[in-house]
Amino acid sequence: MNLLDWVVLLGTMVGIAAYGAWRTRHTDHLDTYLKGSKTTGWFTIGVSVAATQASAITFLSIPGQGFESGIGFVQNYFGLPLALIIVCAVFLPIYRRLGVYTAYEYLGRRFDGKTRLLGAGLFLLQRGLASGVTIYAPAIILSTVLGWRLDLTIIGTGLLVIVYTVTGGSAAVSLTQKWQMAVIFGGMITAGSVVLARLPEDLGFAGAAHLAGALGKLEAVDFSLDPAKRYTLWSGLFGGLFLSLSYFGTDQSQVQRYIGGASLREGRLGLVFNALLKIPMQFCILLLGALVFVFYQFQPAPVFHNRAEWAHHAAGPNGATFRALEEKHAVLHAAKQEQIAAWREARSSHDPAAEAAARAALVAANAATDAVRAEAKQALLAADPRAKIKDSDYVFISFIVAQLPHGIVGLLVAVMIAAALGSKAGELNALGTTTTIDLWRHFRPLAAHDERRNIRVAKWFTAFWGVFAIGFALFAGFAENLIEAINILGSIFYGVVLGLFLVAFFLRKIGGSAVFWGACAAQLLVFALYFTLSISYLWYNLIGCAACMIISAILQTFLPRISRIDADAQTP
Amino acid sequence: MKPAPPADDPPGVPGFRTWRGVYWFVFACFVLVVVALTLFSRYFA
Repeated sequence: MNLLDWVVLLGTMVGIAAYGAWRTRHTDHLDTYLKGSKTTGWFTIGVSVAATQASAITFLSIPGQGFESGIGFVQNYFGLPLALIIVCAVFLPIYRRLGVYTAYEYLGRRFDGKTRLLGAGLFLLQRGLASGVTIYAPAIILSTVLGWRLDLTIIGTGLLVIVYTVTGGSAAVSLTQKWQMAVIFGGMITAGSVVLARLPEDLGFAGAAHLAGALGKLEAVDFSLDPAKRYTLWSGLFGGLFLSLSYFGTDQSQVQRYIGGASLREGRLGLVFNALLKIPMQFCILLLGALVFVFYQFQPAPVFHNRAEWAHHAAGPNGATFRALEEKHAVLHAAKQEQIAAWREARSSHDPAAEAAARAALVAANAATDAVRAEAKQALLAADPRAKIKDSDYVFISFIVAQLPHGIVGLLVAVMIAAALGSKAGELNALGTTTTIDLWRHFRPLAAHDERRNIRVAKWFTAFWGVFAIGFALFAGFAENLIEAINILGSIFYGVVLGLFLVAFFLRKIGGSAVFWGACAAQLLVFALYFTLSISYLWYNLIGCAACMIISAILQTFLPRISRIDADAQTP
Repeated sequence: MKPAPPADDPPGVPGFRTWRGVYWFVFACFVLVVVALTLFSRYFA
């Protein structure tokens, strides 16, 4: 990065954070601090919901997924529009009618204090752990590629987000997220345009898509019924539905984004906006990764995309092995380029037999380069068992740094940081709010009426979670595939939390004790299955939810019925 | 005590009189997107 890149990066990031903190510095009403401005419209709510979900990992890892495995990951989001319809129709009207600050406050009103604490506790545990990952993930990648110090990157981004989130609360989060999303969309559109412009002139988008398709990168929908396959239409539809329902309906970091606003209509339209936007947006990001893959078919491609890790080991005692692998890869890559030329020629000849033969040769050539990449990873592991051998998270950022002009590099790094700040701010805001409302106020009920004290405490808890996330990111090691690590962590807890809410909404005769013990048993069951079965993690959302509902219903038959009046008052 | 059901105010979106219509529209868009993705995959595979 040169001076121009730094000006673009710091100008956008510090500028947006300072603007958000300054505009919301006089937020002194608890409602505004925790729920955001009462005049917030649907567009701001919709952008805020999208920004909270789209972390930096979205823009670092997902193009890498498109590069490595193709665009099939898009199926992960198939349950999302259906889940958002249910949240609009069922969850949101209840939250607004009861005027709650957190989703778990509703559990307390519908069931009892211990069920509210369980819901809030599961959220704090899962989201608290994930908050470390969301700050660590972009920092490790950016520091590796750009040569920044990892600890300073974590502390710098962490402190920046703490300052404006603590200052202005939910209002500052929504305000800054809107501008951060503008930077993100601007940057990603620029990146896509540059990738297309850098492809060979006679290839074009259609030619690039045909090449990516021939090499298996454009299989968006897989109808397979095999439960061991991670991304299929069915796992995305059913597992994804429960994951999204739990995330958008019961995760405070999302609930807080749409629970405020000018009216129920604004919240609903904000969610509808996301239901329409999300799949096309994820598809475009994955397609960008597939296009980067095509780009490297016509350029010298590295054997391993985490170049800093590779260079570190290549300079070691096994350097000869690494150089031999580089040479082998270069030779096979050149052979593949010849196969690509032959395949393109066969396609233009309109001879199906010749095209099929050329395509088979191309697929074989691609498999040969993939085999060398796998060999390279094994060589890294042999040199250092702790080496980070998954390089797909580094594909896009390495491409940006190596191939894009200065200024745009700064803009694209700003995209990653903006996404990190936006999602981090939503998380901290939710963690601080849940700790204040569901824990502190629960144990200090007399303090609930002192509005200034509540805001002060909420600010302290928000800052605490920010410092916790920084500390966790500094001292913990994380799984290599970062976006999957977060999704897996979410899937282990989300199903049971969703089960709590679905029992609350739809099983009117089940009381607090039954659902509390049912949820505890279901969570233990999910842990046991996670460590014994090898099924797609998305299914744990469905299993946890179903187990919570069924065990609660069974337990209720042995426990006294709840008051009919209470049930009637809180169910739709 | 059973609270009054919330007033389901109109969506205020041109072409839609009820929220149910908006939800059906979202569902139809989702189906179209899945079909389009399937066709996209088949065409370029």
